[in-house]
Amino acid sequence: MTKYLDEYRDKKVCLELLEKVKEISTKPLRIMEVCGGHTMAIRKNGIQKLVGGNIKLISGPGCPVCVTAIEDIDKIVSLAGFKNVSICTFGDMMYVPGTSSSLSKISAAGGDVRIVYSVLDVLEFARSEKAKHFVFISIGFETTAPTEAAAIIQADRENLDNFSVIALNKTMPQALKAVLQDKNSKIDALICPGHVSAITGTDMYKSIVEDLGVSCCVSGFEPVDLLGSIYKLTELKEENKTALINAYKRAVCPEGNKKAQEIIYEVFEEGDTNWRGIGVIQKSGLKIKEKYKKFDAERRFDIKPEKSIETTECICGDILRGAKTPRDCALFKRVCTPTNPKGACMVSSEGTCSAWYKYGE
Amino acid sequence: MCWSIPGKIISICGNMAKVEISGVHKDVGLDLIDDSAIGEYVLVHAGYVIQKVNEESAKFTIDFFKKRGTKEL
Repeated sequence: MTKYLDEYRDKKVCLELLEKVKEISTKPLRIMEVCGGHTMAIRKNGIQKLVGGNIKLISGPGCPVCVTAIEDIDKIVSLAGFKNVSICTFGDMMYVPGTSSSLSKISAAGGDVRIVYSVLDVLEFARSEKAKHFVFISIGFETTAPTEAAAIIQADRENLDNFSVIALNKTMPQALKAVLQDKNSKIDALICPGHVSAITGTDMYKSIVEDLGVSCCVSGFEPVDLLGSIYKLTELKEENKTALINAYKRAVCPEGNKKAQEIIYEVFEEGDTNWRGIGVIQKSGLKIKEKYKKFDAERRFDIKPEKSIETTECICGDILRGAKTPRDCALFKRVCTPTNPKGACMVSSEGTCSAWYKYGE
Repeated sequence: MCWSIPGKIISICGNMAKVEISGVHKDVGLDLIDDSAIGEYVLVHAGYVIQKVNEESAKFTIDFFKKRGTKEL
């Protein structure tokens, strides 16, 4: 038995929660699960089918690979062409198509592209291979940003001069507000990302509840967590109430992880950033501060990417805003598949299209 | 990508710890938390501990889901 996992996968508890949801659900309810990890867990466990017709679970913009702008992919591809530069990345980024290439194509052509589990692996490369410069593709939300900031602080401490990052980090609050204010999304409630919230705390959702009238429930990733959260949000809807609920108290507290927050803002500062499918959102990104500029690959290298052109047929943007589903896409399953992805939502293992393809609609 | 899994700290050396996750041992960074101890359960993400698991809250949550519904959650 694995502690803190198996008890949240208990079939009996799941079935009881499911019965409770069905018992009280009478009104249509559109819940957005913000995090790509939640999308996968919901699809893998068949939760949408189980909860029934009144409740629609809609995937949000919480897959960092999916929301990486094509201009940023083209920038990374261009950087891979520099002599003695190795690109290090989390695996899903390998296959995201840029305008005319991708990291997997660069790798197939003999380029030095390495998949890593952690930025700590990249520090180890930099320590042991001094003749090369290692650029880490720093993507992710508040969960991942402190790990990347901690690595930059560590590199600074060790005076590693052959390590830098392309900072594509994004933050949640402004993006959520942008999605919720989109008139096509029509979201009643959010299942909020558990591990982003472990860092940020729950307080950041207060303004969403109070100003936008959207209930927020922070959830874990196991079936009991998700069904419990859906039950709670259904109950609020039936009672015509909005509230902020923390259903993942074993990992999340109101103020979050203060130390991790301090480390993020030691290295990064807020900046505007481009979200694929959504556009530029003010103060939704993290940029490297002047103090750590030697670790900023964009300042270190004179990157000249090709002119970016987005595929017009792909509707990933509408899907990321919750306005459409993969079923609405002409490319889904016919032209766009996991082995031949056209859009980022099919590339990432946490993307909506990938989840629908793998686990059914 | 924000996936994180619970593991148990089995040894600590400086700002690194060995954590057991479902029977696998993994070296992870402790830079993001204070006062970690051997035997504690923690959440691991991308090579770092990002939070400790609050045992009391874990028990409380599962108890509510199992026996009392979610009214007081």
